[in-house]
Amino acid sequence: MKKNNQNNTLNVLEIRKDFPILERKINGKQLVYFDNAATSQTPQQVIDVISDYYSTYNANIHRGVHQLSQEATDKYEDARQTIQKHFNAKHSHEIIFTSGTTHSINVVAHGFETFLQKKDVLLVSAMEHHSNIVPWQMLCEKTGATMEVIPMNNQGELDMRSYEMLLKLKPKLVFVNHISNALGTINPIDEIINQAHSVGAAVLVDGAQACPHIKSDVQNLDVDFYVTSAHKMCGPTGIGVLYAKEKWLKKLPPYQGGGEMISEVTFEKTSYAGLPHKFEAGTPNVCGGIAFGAAIDYMNAVGFDKIAAYENELLSYATKELLAIEGLKIYGTAKNKTSVISFNIEGVHAYDLGTIIDKLGIAIRTGQHCAQPIMDFYGISGTARASFAFYNTKAEIDQLVTALKKAKAMLC
Amino acid sequence: MYFCNMSITAIQRDIIEEFSMFDDWMERYEYMIALGKSLPLIDSKLKTDENIIRGCQSKVWLHAKLEKKKVVFTADSEAIITKGIIAILIRIFSHQSPKEILEANTEFIDAIGLKEHLSPTRANGLVSMIKQIKMYAIAYQTQQ
Repeated sequence: MKKNNQNNTLNVLEIRKDFPILERKINGKQLVYFDNAATSQTPQQVIDVISDYYSTYNANIHRGVHQLSQEATDKYEDARQTIQKHFNAKHSHEIIFTSGTTHSINVVAHGFETFLQKKDVLLVSAMEHHSNIVPWQMLCEKTGATMEVIPMNNQGELDMRSYEMLLKLKPKLVFVNHISNALGTINPIDEIINQAHSVGAAVLVDGAQACPHIKSDVQNLDVDFYVTSAHKMCGPTGIGVLYAKEKWLKKLPPYQGGGEMISEVTFEKTSYAGLPHKFEAGTPNVCGGIAFGAAIDYMNAVGFDKIAAYENELLSYATKELLAIEGLKIYGTAKNKTSVISFNIEGVHAYDLGTIIDKLGIAIRTGQHCAQPIMDFYGISGTARASFAFYNTKAEIDQLVTALKKAKAMLC
Repeated sequence: MYFCNMSITAIQRDIIEEFSMFDDWMERYEYMIALGKSLPLIDSKLKTDENIIRGCQSKVWLHAKLEKKKVVFTADSEAIITKGIIAILIRIFSHQSPKEILEANTEFIDAIGLKEHLSPTRANGLVSMIKQIKMYAIAYQTQQ
């Protein structure tokens, strides 16, 4: 893989060759894909792994005595170890395969029902995705616990002083995203975790947006739960992980009952399997898990430091170029942010912008980005959002700017 | 400009003919944007939560009343392209009898190159808008 040139920077033209979808034409124009925060594209190396799985060793795992089942089991468990190493988890059984971030959060929220009592407090940040709000609301309804919100400032940064004050309520759990999907803010999760631990609160970090940009070290962070999805980092949809400290996984009850998660079953009583299988009922997404491992290998081969440096360059360039468009306002201007730009153009609805520039081959996201509280905070009904990945280029950003100007001229 | 005397089929035929003059998507969209801008403003009192059509990425308000046995629709949206679509729908369905509205087909959408807006992922609510228009027609037909 010739991914890097001599300057030790990322060779984007070489990297683009790995992504066959980037060759696609949309409405006769070369695709410009700027919806990476919703889902990332898949390199040929990962597509090959998926194809190879179904072509040569597709089988159910953990139970079969035959060759295919053993091969599939080995690869699936290898992938778990790849993920463990990537996030530096202490044990591979602390990596639970789930269908994605939302599923992972639900496993924890469901489990916490046993630990919570009426009037217990949970803390949530003001910039969460609905998937890191709704499961906890459901938990509060069931247990009588209450949810307090860590506010944010106009730049889209969490108000850490208010956070300190809220910690005086002795929350049982704090849940916050590592990076906001709607604003791109990188939250100071190490500080959030340390302070939460000082009052005995556990912390769940939603890493869905962070995983394509930052290599998180769960031991170093000392985080209790870290959750993410493969499709945000060059892997397939329908697979993700829940990292949890072993002590939590031992305490949490299983989320679903079924095969695979049991040790012994009689009609009187079932004893559960050990970790990680206690949380992996039913036939898992075997191919997805293996492909997730391949995606992580791919991204590490490119190099997270190089990815971050390059994406920062794209972010600065795009911010400067977009702000040059008259009437364009960016939402989320945190000092520490990743390559996500949420914006509106005065007098133009984001939906109209997205529709017109799609006709010009450019894919962005429009709407509330599953983060309605953020839109309410700014008093807007939605934004247009361009999110950049390491396979995007400055030339594509130029195309976005040209397209936005054209759309603006049509719409105003 | 409601073409009160024309049948739904005749209006649809006219619209299809108008759109056939455009060579590409840009002209079609420019026309829809122009239609959107010309849509009479809805009375702000009608922009209630009750009148919001769910399933649209941009807010859409649709109000209906019965006048001389015809259903009169007024509508608005935050997004101009959506307003353009609304303008077309109002031109077709407003000032028609509930029976005619219910019997009308929606093939014109395909014929004028708006089929992509029928996809639920587009979330502009064209499907929801037509559904709501037909719901009003059912309600008024029952009343009559």
